[in-house]
Amino acid sequence: MDLDMNVNAPHSMGTTIIGVTYNGGVVLGADSRTSTGMYVANRASDKITQLTDNVYVCRSGSAADSQIVSDYVRYFLHQHTIQLGQPATVKVAANLIRLLSYNNKNMLQTGLIVGGWDKYEGGKIYGIPLGGTLVEQPFAIGDMHQLVVKAVSLAIARDGASGGVVRTVVINSDGVTRNFYPGDKLQLWHDELEPQNSLLDILNAPSPEPMNI
Amino acid sequence: MSKSVIETPPKGGFSFDLCKRNEMLSKKGVNPPSFRKTGTTIVGLIFQDGVILGADTRATEGPIVCDKNCEKIHYMAPNIYCCGAGTAADTEAVTAIVILLCLCSDMVSSQLQLHRYHTGRESRVVTALTLLKRHLFNYQGYVSAALVLGGVDVTGPHLHTIYPHGSTDTLPFATMGSGSLAAMAVFESKYREGLTVSSPIPFFWSLIFLFQRNEGIELVTEAICSGIFNDLGSGSNVDICVITKGGKEYLRNHLQPNPRTYTSSKGYSFPKKTEVLLTKIIPLKEKVEIIEGGDAMEE
Repeated sequence: MDLDMNVNAPHSMGTTIIGVTYNGGVVLGADSRTSTGMYVANRASDKITQLTDNVYVCRSGSAADSQIVSDYVRYFLHQHTIQLGQPATVKVAANLIRLLSYNNKNMLQTGLIVGGWDKYEGGKIYGIPLGGTLVEQPFAIGDMHQLVVKAVSLAIARDGASGGVVRTVVINSDGVTRNFYPGDKLQLWHDELEPQNSLLDILNAPSPEPMNI
Repeated sequence: MSKSVIETPPKGGFSFDLCKRNEMLSKKGVNPPSFRKTGTTIVGLIFQDGVILGADTRATEGPIVCDKNCEKIHYMAPNIYCCGAGTAADTEAVTAIVILLCLCSDMVSSQLQLHRYHTGRESRVVTALTLLKRHLFNYQGYVSAALVLGGVDVTGPHLHTIYPHGSTDTLPFATMGSGSLAAMAVFESKYREGLTVSSPIPFFWSLIFLFQRNEGIELVTEAICSGIFNDLGSGSNVDICVITKGGKEYLRNHLQPNPRTYTSSKGYSFPKKTEVLLTKIIPLKEKVEIIEGGDAMEE
């Protein structure tokens, strides 16, 4: 059996991150799994990072690279906020990330989603994928918050590289709210079983059938 | 298409050309001398009022145990300590035990000391974290140090893990090194919030607390022991460092589960001098022939 877990592989976030706009603000969502090869190095990580009061970023790809980029951008944005005397816009944040991602595209393995609210353009989402392009993501309406949680929990159910809990951040004109959904309280998809504390619970349960070997 | 991308000269930072060359050479069978790697178990956890760090004490060189009682919990600041795994030399260079400051200004603990002199305040754990992660990120993973950083500052107790590539995590309990899986298994099954540790400082209080269980220290010891006994790269003794709000306690060799079982009753003796093989003496006098009465020098 191939059990080479490759614990020394660079830390990367096989990730599910999502950002959507609604009329009034944005919702960002992410799972919480950070892995090195086959080992889950952190099962409760926070991939939604604060840049300023009104701008957050979802990080994916190499953990080291995405952290360094968001650290620099947070620093630049704080400088910018002081020089401007008012909160930075989401567009400025996205352009700073784009600048770093594009100029160092040979070095960086990271894709980010910037989301936030500002008084000029309201809620905005920008995606900065691997090469350093900047893509404005479209508008959506409806109960975005539940959609985001549902989307991330679906990804956790089907993608081995995503897992743990679901974290969301809602940003609108009223401010920022963080939400947390424990992994064992998420909706069950397909034929998933209820989380159990003991293998005996599964074996004693009348249905669904335990593995018949 | 990508020709221009490849040939773009790097804008700055370090050159890793030689790393690529070495990779190529080792593929062709020219192996460089090996590093002293610490196949390690290092752990840390946050308890009621502080942080506990733990480490095993084995250093290995390939399959050989080259140090049976090495120190893996390093000093960063009076209120911050750091466990190191990975290449032993690197870990020591990064966290550098500093008794006299300005020994090596680029090392993190000296930077922290200088920062303390500059600000007149206690160092914060995030400051140490940022300095370490910047250092490791700059070297793009070639400085293979994996660290567990813990400390108590004005904002409370903190525990972080730092990976060789410069990424960091913030956790209530953490493990690193080759024994991290064994140690994590213990933490995952037994860790809970608000573990207790009896206050280490005043004597008569410690008498009262004598019967109170040191849950935190016990759990860390158990995690390290599971690394020592189940991981080949880890072994020997358990080192522990308890950091609380106003103090710290470094428990060097807190547990010695692998004492020497046999020593020769006669003791071991080694000849004190080098064996003499040859006594012929060759004088180092230069033989110079002097010719008397030569012609005077002319031009």
